[in-house]
Amino acid sequence: MKPTPLTPHLRSTAYSSVYPPAEDTFLLLDVLEEHVTSHVTSPLICLEIGSGSGAVTTFIKSLYPGAFCLAVDINPVASRATRETARLNAQDIDVVCSDLGSGLEMLYGKVDLLVFNPPYVVTESTEVSNGGIEASWAGGIDGREVIDRFLPRARKFLAPSGVFYLVGVQENRPEEICTSVPGLIGCIVATRKAGREKLWVIKFTRNKQESNSS
Amino acid sequence: VVSTQSTGNYFIQTNLRMKLLTHNMLKSHCKGVVNGFPLKITSNQVDVKEIEFNPDFISRMLSRLDWTVFVQSANLLGVGEGLPDMLPEDQDFDDEDVLKKIHHALLEVEVIEGELECPETGRKFPISKGIPDLRLNEDEK
Repeated sequence: MKPTPLTPHLRSTAYSSVYPPAEDTFLLLDVLEEHVTSHVTSPLICLEIGSGSGAVTTFIKSLYPGAFCLAVDINPVASRATRETARLNAQDIDVVCSDLGSGLEMLYGKVDLLVFNPPYVVTESTEVSNGGIEASWAGGIDGREVIDRFLPRARKFLAPSGVFYLVGVQENRPEEICTSVPGLIGCIVATRKAGREKLWVIKFTRNKQESNSS
Repeated sequence: VVSTQSTGNYFIQTNLRMKLLTHNMLKSHCKGVVNGFPLKITSNQVDVKEIEFNPDFISRMLSRLDWTVFVQSANLLGVGEGLPDMLPEDQDFDDEDVLKKIHHALLEVEVIEGELECPETGRKFPISKGIPDLRLNEDEK
């Protein structure tokens, strides 16, 4: 079993706006580790949206040392934290500061492993943020506002055989999310209760029956 | 050029940089821009970091690269020597010398501080500590 990446630097006040690894992170790491031999065998390009502390991308790089791993976050402090986590765990990853992967459209159709642990907490719409710590958890109505904004892009990023893992909670209505994106088929591959949260992970793949259009 | 050596537990900031491979994936998304690719690199701080040569990775990555842009950017940073102008059609391209030169320019040369300029609007996106910042202001979206 691969060790969870260390993140001692997150204790510094410099990183107070960065979401440290928590139960949702660990669930995602467990799913990724479990799926590495069966579902995602040798990705070339891995992309994480909303990397936060960088624990997930660092972990992905340890699972797939031969892959190019890119991490994106809208919070520049989280971008630096991501970089630092990779460095402390001796993994080489690249980081870009961007809003849900805007500016990375050259990667459309090329991402083999796509991962997003979004801000999924149900909040007022007005709390959904463009940066800072709120951006890491405030999900607006049904906790779905950021998820729904990203889902169409997820479909575009994926390579034909690419796989996309998304994390959330029961309030987000995961069964609905599984079928809500034209061109993507989703299924819940893991659930876990963590305190009051009922977490899930959905795995999406591209619908093979669609025509070859991006 | 910043040293690439680490000394015990105190690491010089050597791991904060943007590879040319990453640059190959970035474009401008300012409102109204038709084709924001490629972004023009300007940099006053570039570093070289040794990365393990993996010929299989390079071969697999070639088809996902915009080769012309990669060679242009490598030349701009002064590391394009030996890179062919065009990729050979041969799918089993395995000339190790050339693969090593590609490996070096693609992965080992990294921009620490600089800017990425939108080819249509001239808008500059900063690269700071190796992280390109592509966020737009509200009025640019």
